[in-house]
Amino acid sequence: MQQAGKFSSLLQIIVFALSFFVFQPFAKAAEEENFNVGEMIMHHIKDAHEWHITGPEHGGTSVYLPVILHDNGFKFFSSKYFYHGKEVTVTSKDSLTLHYMEGVGPAKGYALYHEEIYKLNNEGVLHFEGEHPHNASPTDLSVTKNVASLLLGSLLILVIMLTVAGFYRKNGAVAPKGLAKFLEPIIVMVRDDIAKANIDKHKYHKYVPYLLTIFFFIWINNMLGLIPIIPGGANLTGNITITLFLAFCTLLVTVFSGNKNYWGHIFWMPGIPVPMKIFMIPIELIGIFTKPFALMIRLFANITAGHIIVLALISIIFINKNIAWAGLSVPMALFISVLEILVAFLQGFLFAMLSALFIGAAVEEAHH
Amino acid sequence: MDLILPDFGLLVWTGLVFSLLMFLLAKFAWKPILNAVNTREQKISEALELAEKTKVEMQALKAENDQILKEARAERDQILKEAKEAALGMVEDAKGKAKDEAAKIVESARQTINSEKAAAMAELKNHVASLSLEIAEKVVRQELSSDDKQKALATQLAGEIKMN
Repeated sequence: MQQAGKFSSLLQIIVFALSFFVFQPFAKAAEEENFNVGEMIMHHIKDAHEWHITGPEHGGTSVYLPVILHDNGFKFFSSKYFYHGKEVTVTSKDSLTLHYMEGVGPAKGYALYHEEIYKLNNEGVLHFEGEHPHNASPTDLSVTKNVASLLLGSLLILVIMLTVAGFYRKNGAVAPKGLAKFLEPIIVMVRDDIAKANIDKHKYHKYVPYLLTIFFFIWINNMLGLIPIIPGGANLTGNITITLFLAFCTLLVTVFSGNKNYWGHIFWMPGIPVPMKIFMIPIELIGIFTKPFALMIRLFANITAGHIIVLALISIIFINKNIAWAGLSVPMALFISVLEILVAFLQGFLFAMLSALFIGAAVEEAHH
Repeated sequence: MDLILPDFGLLVWTGLVFSLLMFLLAKFAWKPILNAVNTREQKISEALELAEKTKVEMQALKAENDQILKEARAERDQILKEAKEAALGMVEDAKGKAKDEAAKIVESARQTINSEKAAAMAELKNHVASLSLEIAEKVVRQELSSDDKQKALATQLAGEIKMN
């Protein structure tokens, strides 16, 4: 009996401790407003001027990233002057209640609304038309969460690849060991299965560095995005700006590699009657852009969707306000996360593969 | 909406960082890595080629060795055969010679024996003649030792002559 008593008191302590951790954030959220899943997810997958770690949106633990503005000269300051600034609540004409953060200290004269920085007007407020402020915006070159993640990811790739290159530099052309042993098959895969398989075998060498860079850039940044806490979790490769830039690079490489045969197929398609040749010109011209456009959308949608699904599954617990739902939501989120590891590789592979395919089509010689 | 609108600041940073990354990787990572991999692949293919070539060479060498061995064996057999023949011939020769010699020896022995025999016969004849004479003399002497006897003899002889 005595032992059972001891056990039950221990259990009580554990339950109490658990409830403290589990229900504490809940209590706060309930106090403020109802938990809005859509808002939380959108907030996560979009860029931010802080790298949020834990706690509520304002006043939680965050890494405040530097803000760089170009507005009559450059201005540098920490984003904490926005996040720890003055919260302003306004009611717009359409009787919408909107919140924005007015900057203090060096950020004076600017306001942060939905992670966009605006200049305050003469009355010192943001003027809303519907949900969007009409105030002017300075050129925002801030090191946002995505920029920080970009720098970190690039640095990581650089360190990894220079280590591998260092191995070969030190040991010469020997059988690889360590990191080189792990990465060499992947590098050879990009060279052989992506570049050599799709591009003319006399011309593919030139494109291997580009394809390697693009593949590892996407893969490693995808993987970083899957880490739920700092230094991961940024939705970098699921950001349209990044995928736009990468697709644009492929477009440039394709267009500048295009030979006579390639342009001939676009502007004067051989083997069809003249009226059809003329008809095909706009179609082929649009085709130049749709291919990289598809690359841009595919990467953006895949990675963003992955982040959304994981967050949505985790949110099941908070929507139902019951820890028991973790029994369902955690295994499902784990499953999707593991799937996302595959997707991370697959999307990098696909992007490089399709880039190689487009380049291959551009440098292909006329059929014999 | 801003989820699908590109952000200028991020675009600038991406362009800058990606270009720099591409440059650094191409120069300091991809070039040495791909060079090393290519060099090694070339080395391996060369080694494989060499192995194949060596194999063929080895086979040729082995065939050559076999040929030499075969020839040597044939030569050895030939030599042995010849030697056997030579030995046999020598033996035959020796046998013939020995026979001849033996025949010669036998012949000369026979001749010697014959001549000795002839000589012995001659000597014997002489001896016998002289012995006969002696005997005849002794007989004659005996016969003629008395007058009676001389008379008897003469009678006998005369008888014999008469008969003749």
